[in-house]
Amino acid sequence: MSSATAQAPPLANAPRVSRRRKALRPYLLSVPAVLLCAGILYPFFLGVSYTFFDFSATNPQPNVVGFANFKEILASSEFWASARVTLLFALAATGLETVLGVGVALLLNRSTLIGKLFEKVLIVPLMVAPILAAIMWKLLLLPEIGWVRPIVEFFGVQGYNGTDSPVAAMVWAVVVDAWIFTPFVAIIALAGLRSLPKSPFEAAAVDGGGWWLTFRKLTLPMLWPYVLVAVIFRLMDNLKMFDVIFGLTSGGPGTATTTLQISAYLEAISYARYSSGLTYMFLLWALVFVISMILVKYLRRLQNRAAGV
Amino acid sequence: MGTTTEPMAEPAAPAPAKQPPEPPSTASQRRAQRGSAAGLFANLALVLYFAFSLLPVLFIVALSLKNNAQQTTTYLWFTPTLENYQTVLGLGEGGSSYVRFFLASLATSTGAVLVSLLIGIPAAYAAARYKFRGSEDLMFTLLSFRFAPELVVIIPLGVIYQQIGLYDTIFGMIWVLQLVTMPLVVWILRSFFQDLPAELEEAALLDGYTRRQAFLKIVLPLVRPGIAAVCLLAFIFAWNNFIFPFTLTSGDAQTVTVSSLAFLGGNQVRFNLVAAGAVMAVLPPLVLALCIQRYLVRGLSFGAVKG
Repeated sequence: MSSATAQAPPLANAPRVSRRRKALRPYLLSVPAVLLCAGILYPFFLGVSYTFFDFSATNPQPNVVGFANFKEILASSEFWASARVTLLFALAATGLETVLGVGVALLLNRSTLIGKLFEKVLIVPLMVAPILAAIMWKLLLLPEIGWVRPIVEFFGVQGYNGTDSPVAAMVWAVVVDAWIFTPFVAIIALAGLRSLPKSPFEAAAVDGGGWWLTFRKLTLPMLWPYVLVAVIFRLMDNLKMFDVIFGLTSGGPGTATTTLQISAYLEAISYARYSSGLTYMFLLWALVFVISMILVKYLRRLQNRAAGV
Repeated sequence: MGTTTEPMAEPAAPAPAKQPPEPPSTASQRRAQRGSAAGLFANLALVLYFAFSLLPVLFIVALSLKNNAQQTTTYLWFTPTLENYQTVLGLGEGGSSYVRFFLASLATSTGAVLVSLLIGIPAAYAAARYKFRGSEDLMFTLLSFRFAPELVVIIPLGVIYQQIGLYDTIFGMIWVLQLVTMPLVVWILRSFFQDLPAELEEAALLDGYTRRQAFLKIVLPLVRPGIAAVCLLAFIFAWNNFIFPFTLTSGDAQTVTVSSLAFLGGNQVRFNLVAAGAVMAVLPPLVLALCIQRYLVRGLSFGAVKG
């Protein structure tokens, strides 16, 4: 009650106290969240500090080694191979998801009967745990029991061997990722399409603009901020994708699908070389961080321009 | 298909289709024809995509209904049986660990969501209503949790957990799952709070409510659908998480997502059992997701797209 009396002519000290309390209020409300952040940042910084040690299961009393881990990893061909696989996977998967997702959204936006029916089941793959999706696809792709071999053979392709070849493993990893996350891009693009103003499209129709022209000059530019939100989420996720690749190929065959996340897992967990694994992870984190900063800045500029600021 | 579908067959946008009808001319007829061909193509593309989208689901359900003799075939014609589900659930031959994994998933996900709500609602409200130093920093720190590769935290956290006895405990899982659920809760709820006009609370204050009463009695009921949606979405993401339980549990607190992988590990893999386990693990998030379809866009984009 006391704070509400600030409206009435107050007693000498009352408003000052309540004002100070008022200024403190947002901080008090955020204290638990800040503590939680601190609780998570502590292991993070601990992890970063481990990159300057030679910490491993066989060396539980680690010594400071400075930048030796970074030097060693940046000089190794495994790291760069792994970085290339990471970028290839992330770009291919994000690209495929974006194109498919926007395409599906455009088709669903026509609001045909069949589209309305499909829209209800659109999100099914997205709600399947990625690791379970990877396992489902692993079984689906197995030549002995999966349905992909008969389908592929029906179209006359011979010598199907699942994810046994390096190229096939990468292609299928991208396909599985796209299977899960295309609906993500699609529902965001669809929400964007449905919120676009109608009048420019009516004007374009009156002027007799063709479908492709309307799409390229009108739909796409207006939809772009929405698509960009989806692209940012997908690119960040795909750069650090673990579940799909681990469940489907575990990084193989050989190192064909060994992304940085898988390399770090192998180093840190399988071989118990913690410092080395963390250095991999830190480098990936830095990459993700820089890319996300650039993309978010670009998105903000785009949104500000759209809002006319 | 011909003339009956003509009004629907205009491509691009449905709105211009409602324009006053043009006088029948050869040009418009030609366009309508092209439209219906495009419509046919569009429907075909949709059917293809959804065949791709539903194929693995149908496959895994079918596989889970096959008996041991049929499980190594690709045949579609088989007598369905529920015995795999019974085996996985441990009905008949004395208990199974699957039920325990399922309950662990339930406990960790529910716990993680509750903690996130308790901590996240005040923070989201503060970030939505007050301009204070550090609020954006807090929001972006939370968001960066969403994008950081989990292994950066897992390894040191594993060391800490071993030391303080949180390794392989439900409580330890709830704590680490905050990385998944907390950014979701705070970012989405902030967007819900921002949607409410600030005059709402001001009016309540004028009516003699305290700030806390105004929040509890006016604001909170209004965002209840948002909170419900966030709860379910956070639950789904916690449930579907794999890497945390995979690396930070070994038995007691192991969840269904991890156990499904273990099913594949044995020396005699029973694919039909793997499938049955996967189907049951997928059901809870799927059912919950259907309840919050309306808020899914906003939820999945962290409030960036209102939908």
